[in-house]
Amino acid sequence: MTEETTLVDFISYVGAISLILLGIFAMVTFRHLIRIIFGLMLLEAGVNLFLITIGYRGGAVAPILVNGELPTAAMVDPIPQALVLTAIVIGVGVQALALALVIKTYKAYGTLDTQILAQKIAEETGTKLIDGIPTPISDTGTGLEESLSTKP
Amino acid sequence: MNFREISGLIFIVGLGLLLFALLKILFVEQLVTGGIGANILATAPEEVGTANIVTSVLLAYRGLDTLGELTILFVAATAAGLVLGQRSSDAKHDPDAGFILHSAADVLFPFLILLGAYIILHGHLTPGGGFQGGAILAAAFFIPILASPASPLNHRVSSAIEGFAGAAFILIGLFGLFGKGDFLAPLFGTGEVGNLFSAGSLPLLYLAVGLKVGAELAGLLAHLHETEAND
Repeated sequence: MTEETTLVDFISYVGAISLILLGIFAMVTFRHLIRIIFGLMLLEAGVNLFLITIGYRGGAVAPILVNGELPTAAMVDPIPQALVLTAIVIGVGVQALALALVIKTYKAYGTLDTQILAQKIAEETGTKLIDGIPTPISDTGTGLEESLSTKP
Repeated sequence: MNFREISGLIFIVGLGLLLFALLKILFVEQLVTGGIGANILATAPEEVGTANIVTSVLLAYRGLDTLGELTILFVAATAAGLVLGQRSSDAKHDPDAGFILHSAADVLFPFLILLGAYIILHGHLTPGGGFQGGAILAAAFFIPILASPASPLNHRVSSAIEGFAGAAFILIGLFGLFGKGDFLAPLFGTGEVGNLFSAGSLPLLYLAVGLKVGAELAGLLAHLHETEAND
């Protein structure tokens, strides 16, 4: 493996891993649903870049025959490319479904903040905010105050 | 900085260390060269007869996976349509886009159809294929909706195209099953590599994939757009 190839591989791998980490960080940290979906998109992009880089070889050309003849140079691995081709389409489908659910959530609750959403759902269903377990009926009060007060 | 951010940061740093430790393994070259990829590169042109070897992986060697992937896309599109629901017939539309966008949409439409059809039909020869061409076809049908929101997409037609294309894909696969003993086995021989009429039944499969992806994406985009206008 030449010096140049190693450098390209290294930059690509580091970029892919950074994208994956950034996506997961966004999904874990942010509370806004749209931003969580953006994190998912970053994660998908990172995984796709990672797969493409695995199939990459220095100085190799795309796996396509010109005039029905094998090219003289080496060709890159076609399997990761086919994988990524399908992964992109699946990613689009998943994102569209997620956005549709977000639209429905906004219509139902009027907010996309996950913390406010959790409070509203706990209020609506009479469950505790933390674990979603219904409060016992023998409790005095509606159970709402208790669930809100046990919030960290 | 609250508890949630700190714990998230610690988690990410730990995961990052783990993933960067993998880098050392990834640089061992035996991991990628040789093996299945090299085998396919050597035998695919004679066995399947496509000039674009990615196509032969996608439709001949792993055709069943492509069928599964089409199923995922179908389920996602159906679920999105189900979640968003039908718009009421008296709901207000977005305002019309005006003369310039109307004309641009009219001019773009035939060229996008032509480009999409070209990319789908040459999927076994050049970079491209059913998925990419299907996305362009979907764009061709979605741009007029953006220009004049009052003329919505006919969902019945798009679902009919989607259903027929999916059925055609499975039918070609069944012909392969009964004719050659394997589901989705390529039919009609390989032909001469590099010709438009070559690679047996693969261009037909890619045509079905392209129509299905195009109809599904167009329906999905139109659904999202109609809901936006609903409120």
